[in-house]
Amino acid sequence: MEANLQKSLSKKRYAFCFDSTFAFFRDRPFCPLISPYDPNAIDLGNKNLSPSGEHLLGTDYLGRDLLSRILIGARTSLSIAFGVVLISLLIGTALGCAAGYYGGIVDESASRVIDIFLSFPGIIFALAIMGVLGSGVFNLIFALSIVQWAKYARVMRGQVLSLKKQEFVLSAVTSGADDFHIILKHIVPNAIAPLLVLATIDFGHVILSIATLSFLGIGLPADVPEWGAMLSAGKEFMRTAPYQTIFPGLAITSFVVIFSILGDGMRDILDPNHEEGEIY
Amino acid sequence: MKYFIKRTGFMALTLFAVCALTFFLMNVIPGGTAELILKHTFVGLEESVTEEQLSQISSRYNLDDPLYLQFFRWIREAFVTGDIGTSYVFKKPVLYLLALRLPATIQLAGTSMALAAVAGVSLGIYSALQENRTSDHILRIITLFGVSMPGFWVALILILIFSLKLKLVPVLGYGSLENLLLPAAALSLHSAAAVMRVTRTSMLETLGQEYIRFAKAKGLPIWRIISRHAFKNAMLPVVTVIGFQMGSLLGGTVVIEKIFAWPGIGSLLVDSISARDLPVVQGCVLAIVTMFLLVNFLVDILYTRLDPRIRYG
Repeated sequence: MEANLQKSLSKKRYAFCFDSTFAFFRDRPFCPLISPYDPNAIDLGNKNLSPSGEHLLGTDYLGRDLLSRILIGARTSLSIAFGVVLISLLIGTALGCAAGYYGGIVDESASRVIDIFLSFPGIIFALAIMGVLGSGVFNLIFALSIVQWAKYARVMRGQVLSLKKQEFVLSAVTSGADDFHIILKHIVPNAIAPLLVLATIDFGHVILSIATLSFLGIGLPADVPEWGAMLSAGKEFMRTAPYQTIFPGLAITSFVVIFSILGDGMRDILDPNHEEGEIY
Repeated sequence: MKYFIKRTGFMALTLFAVCALTFFLMNVIPGGTAELILKHTFVGLEESVTEEQLSQISSRYNLDDPLYLQFFRWIREAFVTGDIGTSYVFKKPVLYLLALRLPATIQLAGTSMALAAVAGVSLGIYSALQENRTSDHILRIITLFGVSMPGFWVALILILIFSLKLKLVPVLGYGSLENLLLPAAALSLHSAAAVMRVTRTSMLETLGQEYIRFAKAKGLPIWRIISRHAFKNAMLPVVTVIGFQMGSLLGGTVVIEKIFAWPGIGSLLVDSISARDLPVVQGCVLAIVTMFLLVNFLVDILYTRLDPRIRYG
């Protein structure tokens, strides 16, 4: 595992993606250099400015520095996506383990529920939930988690089904360990790898969903710096200030690409024998 | 046949579950349904709403009954009379509104799916044949960005280039072919990229098989090997992914329709959410889910036809 990690990080593109993501969570020492502005400071005298030396990406309709808002928007998206992925991972793991380990009626009913949640377009349902609950960070995390968890549950169930028959689990059963101990100590650590790969790639999808909902005006409150909401505001000035439409979209796209590549890297680390081709 | 029945049963079960989920979701709103109906009835006079009026509404619409009773009454109405509620805003039956909007959505989603399937499959095959050459690399990079770009951003960029800068097509409008071009292109890009990726992988795998090598050794021309030997076998995973992509495509219609003011179910859904017209929201969700389930049902049936080895259950 260690060796795989080393090998993977030695591949330049993985290392680059890894660094660029976590740069946003460190102290961001480089940020004040290129964007010394407060992302929420309104400056009506300087609204809709084109990119220049002073404002590298220009300003929006309230005179706020676009680059500062895009950088801070990364934190918004990443934090919410992290919440969604974590909750989905926990629910998925718990239900998948229960279904796979206990089998029988538990498996039957859990599998039906999973199938149902996988068989309709999630974003539509998330839209409806947001429509009822109204916009807000926690509502957004809740709505997206509800439509995301089933994927994880299905993968986990498959993992548990194959692990259950392996000798180390059987010997734990024979030596009288209780179910909780077996699941937590023996099954989950051995089953979690593909879920972590899925979670990494999912990060990108969740960021896309967040942006879509915010773009439609039902994700986050309007004053939160978020890429989808910025795009939605920017499109009103598409004729005169097209860069307001272009840059936030570039930010979204690059993050989704980064997480697909990171997911690929994760697979190299956790599951070096995988057969599937790389995403690029 | 047995599989057919089983599959129909699952579809009905899923539809029922989605009905139940949306119904309960729509009835847990803060403030309650009665207040919402009143707000829509007395727009601008919200302050003057009295307790008495609230209870009147509650008893008229049987809102005091337990939720499951309301749900079964709703289901019965839906089956017997096709009545799935009345819009608060338009004061018209939801089914009528949906029927009005359905053709536009089917037109847009159908065109996009066809575009995505044709472009994805042909470029995927081309990319597989050119494996590791420059054109393959370029196509793969385009694919990676195609699945990563948000559809609404692609739509805005297309408007920016083709409508505002080049002035080739109108920004908004519905009816003629040139109105359909941009929304369909924006909507299909993501699916086309996904279909292409799967086609390429599947095609490469098939081309590595013994019988293809044998066909090559026999001296058959390459186009004949592809069309007669490789294509059919490589298409199985592609058909699956096309059915699957229908989901993201229908999800995408919502935002694409909103951008292009396309008079379909997606824009109706967004507008109803903003207006808190919950019966219409519910109707739109059900309509989109039903379309998705039907397409996947057809795909599954097609799958058993394509691969006679598959005979489920």
